[in-house]
Amino acid sequence: MIALVDCNTFYSSVEAIFRPDLRGKPIIVLSNNDSAIVARNREAKALGVPDLEPYFKIKSQLDRLGVVAFSSNYELYSDISHRVMEILGEYAPEVSIYSIDECFLMLDGCSYNFENYGHEIVDRLWRDVRMPVCVGFGQTKTLAKLANHIAKKSKKLDGVCSLENLKAWDAVFKKLPVSKVWGVGRRLTQRLNEMDIVSIYDLKNANTAKLQKRLNINLERTIEELNGNRCFDFESQPEAKQQIYSTRSFGEKIFTLEELEQAVSMHATLAMEKLRKQSGLARRLTAFISTSRFADQTYSNSGSVQFSVPHNDTGLAIQAAKAVVKRCFKPRYAYARAGVGLIDVVDENPLQLSVFEAPQSEKSKQLMAVLDQLNKHEQQVTYASSGIHQRWAMRRAMKSPSYTTRISDLPVIKC
Amino acid sequence: MRLDRLVRCAEELGQQPLPSFLEGVSAGFPSPAEAYQEERIDLNEVVIKHPSSTYFARASGHSMRGCGIYDGDLLVIDRSVEAKSGFVIVAAMNGELLCKVLDTDNRCLKAANPRYPDIPINEEMDFLIEGVVTHSLRCHTGT
Repeated sequence: MIALVDCNTFYSSVEAIFRPDLRGKPIIVLSNNDSAIVARNREAKALGVPDLEPYFKIKSQLDRLGVVAFSSNYELYSDISHRVMEILGEYAPEVSIYSIDECFLMLDGCSYNFENYGHEIVDRLWRDVRMPVCVGFGQTKTLAKLANHIAKKSKKLDGVCSLENLKAWDAVFKKLPVSKVWGVGRRLTQRLNEMDIVSIYDLKNANTAKLQKRLNINLERTIEELNGNRCFDFESQPEAKQQIYSTRSFGEKIFTLEELEQAVSMHATLAMEKLRKQSGLARRLTAFISTSRFADQTYSNSGSVQFSVPHNDTGLAIQAAKAVVKRCFKPRYAYARAGVGLIDVVDENPLQLSVFEAPQSEKSKQLMAVLDQLNKHEQQVTYASSGIHQRWAMRRAMKSPSYTTRISDLPVIKC
Repeated sequence: MRLDRLVRCAEELGQQPLPSFLEGVSAGFPSPAEAYQEERIDLNEVVIKHPSSTYFARASGHSMRGCGIYDGDLLVIDRSVEAKSGFVIVAAMNGELLCKVLDTDNRCLKAANPRYPDIPINEEMDFLIEGVVTHSLRCHTGT
């Protein structure tokens, strides 16, 4: 048996952990720069707050409705996520973290009453973290994911759903649309509907031989998984990314080359940190700058640099990013956004070099190792080209305190 | 599955480097200090029994002086400890976080300072125990 534990509206639930006054109130969380609404709790959804809506457009309406808005507080979210995952590690011999708020548990060979076990997990995460979660059980990852969805939607189930006895669920599967199946996106749903496959029941009993000609191999696997036959590995590590991007809108418009260079230097630094974390090397870097799409005078340009040696050296990446920006820069535009991408990413080991490529120097590798060690917990040492006064830094005007990661931000308790 | 992990752990332990001693190797009488090599005390280990359910907070107010909790002290709160009568707890009451002594017999939250009244707990209240204060920490040098 496999379980999927999924936090309910994770970001907004985190915001209520140290704010009991907000529990049961509508909460939303905004994206970088406070631009769009990216998370809404149940109460906010019930009020009809739309997803991904530009915040400034409906701010006054939300204020009137008493909706509480927060800027993204990634420091807090990642600590709380870590606590949730730490606790889940106690509930299974093997776990696979799927995202910041989702985790699969491998329970093969465990002879629990799964419904009771699920409630135990729900109660424990509420008690220890104040995180509401739902738990779904199924023979495969696809079924565990589906069970979790059913647990979230049905009030009767109280947050736990087990598809252990698969046959008993046909009536429910007939009512659920195929789009609720893991990996079935909008476009695939459309194509399936054209073939009269509308409900999950339809898909589960579809003729795979017939479908395969018209659709891809992954769908066949999904159908197998819906029938309780495992096709997806219980891999503990997500696959390394082939591309790494770091981009962001500026807090305010910027006009000078110097400031743009600072911004891309920071993005190059962040992207390289991510790259080193996954033991990767990059062969190519792209950088771009652009004005807002809505500006009177729009301009956007990008460029890329091919490295003679695949590497993960922050210094070289900054050099490259700055060179691109220098080439792209045109004065008198109000720049709103910049970013850096690392493309053509390869694994550090085993690295296959072409005849003309030399490996990254030992000196540079050592420097990067020291840099990462120093910056492990907090950004302490950076390349000076990132600038000291970061006017372009992210706007997070409504950020909650970092209750669990900063001593100056501790919650205050009345005595 | 569990047995596999045990075996793996045992193997990894076997591969760990042995502690290195600063004492040089000499053929004479060994230093009596060598036998006592130990890790330095880690305060986290002393006050945090359950890291994933433990939080720090700042006390504000004077109602808990009788328990030795003063304004500005740092509180260590464990959500996983069962709150028993007589324990210092943090509770959410009507949306506010309070630190008081739990008295289940009289269904109330007691202050540890005679100048502060008890707070009765009743059904209409929005009341939830948020955790047990396991330790408190005070800075005695005024900074």
